[in-house]
Amino acid sequence: MSVSATAQIGTLEAKTGTVSAFPAVEGARALRDTRPLRLITCGSVDDGKSTLIGRLLWDTKAVKDDQAATLRRDSGQQNDLGLPDFALLLDGLQAEREQGITIDVAYRYFATDKRSFIVADTPGHEQYTRNMATGASTADLAVLLVDARAGLLEQTRRHATIATLMGIKQFVLAVNKIDLIGYDRARFDQISHEFRELALSLGVRQITAIPVSALKGENVVYDGSASMPWYDGPTLVEVLELATVRSAQTVGFRLPVQRVSRPGESFRGYQGTVAGGAVKPGDSVVILPSGMVANVAKIVTFDLVRNAAVAGDAITLVLDRQVDVSRGDMIVSLDSQPQTGLSFDAQIVALQADGIQPAKRYWLKSGSRRQRVTIQPTSQLDLKSGKWNAHRETLPMNAIGKVHLSFDEQAMFDAYEQNRITGAFILIDPDTNNTVAGGMITAKRSSLSGIHTEDNRVILSLPADLADQLMATELFAARREEADIRRLPAGKANDVLAGIDN
Amino acid sequence: MPSILPETELHNPQTTKTPLDPHLKALENEAIHIFREVAAEFDKPVMLYSVGKDSSVLLHLARKAFYPGRVPFPLLHVNTGWKFAEMISFRDEIIKTYDLDLIEHVNPRGAAENVTPFTHGSALYTDIMKTEGLRQALDAGGYDAAFGGARRDEEASRAKERIYSFRTPDHRWDPRNQRPELWNLYNGMIRKGESVRAFPLSNWTEVDIWRYIQAEDIPIVPLYFAKSRPVVERDGMTILAEDPRLELLPGEIKRDEVIRFRTLGCFPLTGAIRSEATTLDDIISELETATVSERQGRAIDRDQSGSMEKKKREGYF
Repeated sequence: MSVSATAQIGTLEAKTGTVSAFPAVEGARALRDTRPLRLITCGSVDDGKSTLIGRLLWDTKAVKDDQAATLRRDSGQQNDLGLPDFALLLDGLQAEREQGITIDVAYRYFATDKRSFIVADTPGHEQYTRNMATGASTADLAVLLVDARAGLLEQTRRHATIATLMGIKQFVLAVNKIDLIGYDRARFDQISHEFRELALSLGVRQITAIPVSALKGENVVYDGSASMPWYDGPTLVEVLELATVRSAQTVGFRLPVQRVSRPGESFRGYQGTVAGGAVKPGDSVVILPSGMVANVAKIVTFDLVRNAAVAGDAITLVLDRQVDVSRGDMIVSLDSQPQTGLSFDAQIVALQADGIQPAKRYWLKSGSRRQRVTIQPTSQLDLKSGKWNAHRETLPMNAIGKVHLSFDEQAMFDAYEQNRITGAFILIDPDTNNTVAGGMITAKRSSLSGIHTEDNRVILSLPADLADQLMATELFAARREEADIRRLPAGKANDVLAGIDN
Repeated sequence: MPSILPETELHNPQTTKTPLDPHLKALENEAIHIFREVAAEFDKPVMLYSVGKDSSVLLHLARKAFYPGRVPFPLLHVNTGWKFAEMISFRDEIIKTYDLDLIEHVNPRGAAENVTPFTHGSALYTDIMKTEGLRQALDAGGYDAAFGGARRDEEASRAKERIYSFRTPDHRWDPRNQRPELWNLYNGMIRKGESVRAFPLSNWTEVDIWRYIQAEDIPIVPLYFAKSRPVVERDGMTILAEDPRLELLPGEIKRDEVIRFRTLGCFPLTGAIRSEATTLDDIISELETATVSERQGRAIDRDQSGSMEKKKREGYF
């Protein structure tokens, strides 16, 4: 029986082809036919993460001789293979070198003949959840690293959970230090199986598990079949070369307007990066939040006047009529619009020591739009168990929470699941100007909390003490989210009800 | 249908060029996005222009970002007085050709005290003429955002620097307390006196720069191409011996050699490489087999380990 069925636990999906069918392309560097693949590496120093990344950089020749010489000079020692201490290559800040830890997200670059890669290298410990979330926000794929001797750890679950929340749909499990367990296939299969269960429980289906020795360079860039004849799957780099880049899922055209270009009386263009869908001259578009409609006259770029633009393109759009458009507006397709409203549900990661406080007014930036928002936490994720627990207080640093967002002015979003750009936001503390949270929109809330607008409702006007007694009941408390409560003087309440009767 | 473009912009010599490959296109799109975001969010941006290849790419991207408009901010060249002569003539030509605003600054203290790389050593010289000079120029202009051409692949401390890199009123960088940067959402909120350095080329590598220069036909200083030039060996580097201010030390011999430069800075501190690369194709294939990094030719990076982080904390770009 072929090993691959268990070893690779679920091959990459159809798009990427069969993992074992790698053409051995050698020779001239081909034109890169995709954008760089962005990946995040999750694991701790103990798992050999720095060694793995160092190995990737070294074996793809991204580290040059003079850099290696500096490493040798700084570390004063070499590992068993006469290679420099790769950890020093990655931990570039003096504080990190002094403390022997990785503090921050570092970005690394390497390329093979087929593709180039951007690695977000983030620290593994629990207090650095925020750094991992930062690195994961732009990643197409996550490499999760485990020590073959230790197997899956609590942190593996935590890393997988955070990566999934941030929208990553492709996982590679690197079972490192396989040499230290005598290249034990049964152990590898067991770890792979456990990981598959974990990933499936998180809804991730694109999973590849690879037995690796980062120190010896086996199954990283070069294959390790000499030591592991039982493994006929891809090396790490082969998986990365075939991985898909994540693109916006929405079909609708989205252009957050960054600036209005008016070089002369006769020209007025709206500059921004297409955040979803495509556009061509003649298309009907809506300007949000105003709701005005216009047609696309031209797509202007430095090189040529284009006949179409797609997600990712930085363009200047010219409309066929005079409309009021300014920075922060979004130009969208007429037939597939994002949701607009004053109230949305989201998941956020708290990034700073003060946490995210209920009722405090923050700045929210999404696309090119910045507006005021208040946050009401409703639950917090327990990263150990993967369960959401009710939580209405301040979300502490590194917490992942579900929250309600309330805006003073119209906001517009897609769900993050549908569009990673128009569904993402950051929160900025107006007191410190620091970025205090990253967030992902899950859904729009109707203006009456948590219910569908077509449902039947009853408006009661009660004495305040009676209302308080009703609200104290268990029945009411259980469905508190569905109720909309205003306290008014009796005269005003009568006016409101009279207004409804009219 | 009459064009709505301004009359002068109708002629575009580049319309026949082949489209960029998706890799370079993605990098270009990201850089243009950053340029537009900074220009929209800040009151008074400026672009650091060092005349080198990265600056040439940066300038090209700025022109693309704001087309058909003019680049909406000035270029700032912090001169030391010790740049290669060819850099200065190239710079002046570019400014004229593309109708740009240039601000040139030379640290008056350095000039008055006659600070040179020969008399003060490379570390002190760089500190005064580049770091201090830059701070002076930024303060004088009251700029709240400054674009730079730094890339994360250049050096270890840069690998951790944000695309919007926050600076205190005295231009300090605190690498341990940087704002998180998620997705492409940059936080441009600052108080008066604070500023941001913005790095549109953060995710580019050296090969990307050269392939983009080739694809976009971007003019660069001829010193990047191999040619027979007068040189002298000093401190393990091959330096250009053209400037009359360079005095030969005992034992040093000036001779002609076919060389080129991989990076350009101050001529006494920039090492040439022996190379036959006379075209962009040559340079790119040379790079793809290179075994040393580009900064190897820079004396200032070798002074001490972590020297770039130290300089950056003090306000160097």
